[in-house]
Amino acid sequence: MSHYNDFPKDDTALINPLMKKSGRWYYFTIACLSAIVAWGLFSWGYQIRNGLGVTGMNSPIFWGIYIANFVFFIGISHAGTLISAILRVTQAEWRKPVTRCAEAITVFALMVGPINVIIDLGRVDRALNIIPFFKYGRFESPLLWDVCCITIYLLSSVTFLYLPLIPDIAMLRDKYTKRRWFYRILSLGWTGSPRQKKVLEKLMAIGTILIIPIAISVHTVVSWVFAMTVQPMWHSTIFGPYFVVGAIFSGIASLIIAMAILRKALHLEEYLKPIHFNYLGLLLLTMCLLWFYFTFAEYLTTFYGAEPEHMAVFYSKLGGEYTYYFIFMILTCFVIPFIFLAPAKLRTITGTVIASIAINIGMWLERFLIVVPTLSRPRLPYEHGIYHPTWVEFSIFAGEVATLCLLYVFFAKLFPIISIWELREKHEDEEVTIKEKAVTTGSYEY
Amino acid sequence: MKPEKIKWGMVIDLDLCIGCQACTVACKQENNIPFVSSDQARMGRAIQWNQFITTVEDPLPHTKVRYLPRLCNHCEHPPCVKVCPVEATYQNPEGLTAQIYTRCIGCRFCTVACPYGARFFNWYEPEWPDEMKSSLNPDVYIRTKGVVEKCTFCVQRIRAAKDKAKDEDRELKDGDVIPACVETCPTKARVFGNLADPHSAVSKLSRSPRALKLLEHLGTEPKVVYLTERTWDESL
Repeated sequence: MSHYNDFPKDDTALINPLMKKSGRWYYFTIACLSAIVAWGLFSWGYQIRNGLGVTGMNSPIFWGIYIANFVFFIGISHAGTLISAILRVTQAEWRKPVTRCAEAITVFALMVGPINVIIDLGRVDRALNIIPFFKYGRFESPLLWDVCCITIYLLSSVTFLYLPLIPDIAMLRDKYTKRRWFYRILSLGWTGSPRQKKVLEKLMAIGTILIIPIAISVHTVVSWVFAMTVQPMWHSTIFGPYFVVGAIFSGIASLIIAMAILRKALHLEEYLKPIHFNYLGLLLLTMCLLWFYFTFAEYLTTFYGAEPEHMAVFYSKLGGEYTYYFIFMILTCFVIPFIFLAPAKLRTITGTVIASIAINIGMWLERFLIVVPTLSRPRLPYEHGIYHPTWVEFSIFAGEVATLCLLYVFFAKLFPIISIWELREKHEDEEVTIKEKAVTTGSYEY
Repeated sequence: MKPEKIKWGMVIDLDLCIGCQACTVACKQENNIPFVSSDQARMGRAIQWNQFITTVEDPLPHTKVRYLPRLCNHCEHPPCVKVCPVEATYQNPEGLTAQIYTRCIGCRFCTVACPYGARFFNWYEPEWPDEMKSSLNPDVYIRTKGVVEKCTFCVQRIRAAKDKAKDEDRELKDGDVIPACVETCPTKARVFGNLADPHSAVSKLSRSPRALKLLEHLGTEPKVVYLTERTWDESL
């Protein structure tokens, strides 16, 4: 396995996708994704016209897969910024080709995720009522906490993605003629002077530290939407950290999938190497075990305490109509990832990708299993709700996934998906040290 | 009765209740509650502010059917009010959990937070059979699709009673306010009035040894009190 920081000296592989004429596959992908997005938009229009009755929701299952999607996408958004911040703080050198792929996922997942809540509203036209101070928004509601935290997270992760992009944008402006006006505006007059570098480094250092609590707060308050109510198996103190762990878990999985696709599609084999997948696979394994630990703790406490109202929900997942979902979740979130991630031999690109796909399916199911079963077993006994999502809900979900992919493809088309200057910075550092060594040993020829 | 001395509440005597569901019908009529098709009702989308929840125990032939009229409890500590992001539901000075339909964004956080399942959502634009359209109650706001609604303790009747008392230049007295379900009950199982007034009928009944409240352990302090001599467990 080659060294994780050993990259080609020229960056044509990174520049080509931006500057070369787009191939047939690119247009094909764009066309497919756009068609799915259009279908999703049509479905949403259909829902707005007819009312939420076109979904499978009912009383008492008032929330369905829109809310599950919301939690899922916000979870994916933890891929990037949090991981890249943690790797930056710990100065993990192998992070360099990974950070930008990750941060881009964060930004786009954060754009798509909250749309679910808006889609879920009965009166979309009144969505702005939620603005505090000017309209009727009240901070006592956990929904407002979500609005605040997600807004802050979105703004800060856009900044966090943009700041380290500036030197690369300036490079594109200087070296190439294509889209020069666009890069000129976005480069903010970057010349690479020592002063500018110092400012950028300082901002990045502050951002790195700030983004960690912001990211954690986001998924914590998302969980509190459930945990703050008194409903069985929602009203749990473990929910905050449980959701954060689940978010990072599905986030890393999404990152691995995105990296594998980029590697193939943009021919980045020299940059995204097996060793990067190996390291991310190890991180994923850690989160996999943590996730299992939380899940186990959550279910065992419920089972042992055996409050009838909680047990009704518990048995709907273990023995009731959600049993297969539950078993499938354990398989995809724990068993399959563990098999592929624990042995070093299987922790290859293929292995980590298989684990990641399983995890993303499993984590979506996990969100579904948190939202729906609790609502299907109300405290007062009457007909238990049954929920089958309709074509509208699935179409909108597909449209959202396609939107996320489409935004990502456009991003990869406009900006280098791997931070070139950060890679080169390392090269320069290395060259300097080689020179120094050579000078001290007297073997360097001028 | 001055407003600060009012805590509206209801007592339902289950030992008198015969399960005729006349209250449900009266409520539907009084409050312009939309009709849904039987398919929709089977999906669980029927709206009944005053709903009979039933359980069937034991197999035949020793079947025991139990039922309970369930309506908004107008809790003293309502879990739904806490979570509403736009203050479309709030507790008014007389203890009612009131609704502002024109402000509701339809996020259904309140329906999810209510442990009693007393809140309903308009999944479609509300509809009535043609015969009903001409008999809608002009005193009650007609909800649109996409908003949450629930029992209001017939707030329009409370308002009317207050106006009448004012016209007659007197204070509101016990028995002035009669919600539709109370008015229609053939066995007089329901009593409505001011729980804060120790001499009101509802207040006296609520202190009966037969008195029970739903899911009291949640600390919501419901203002709908049930009376029953039967042994009580939480599953009715």
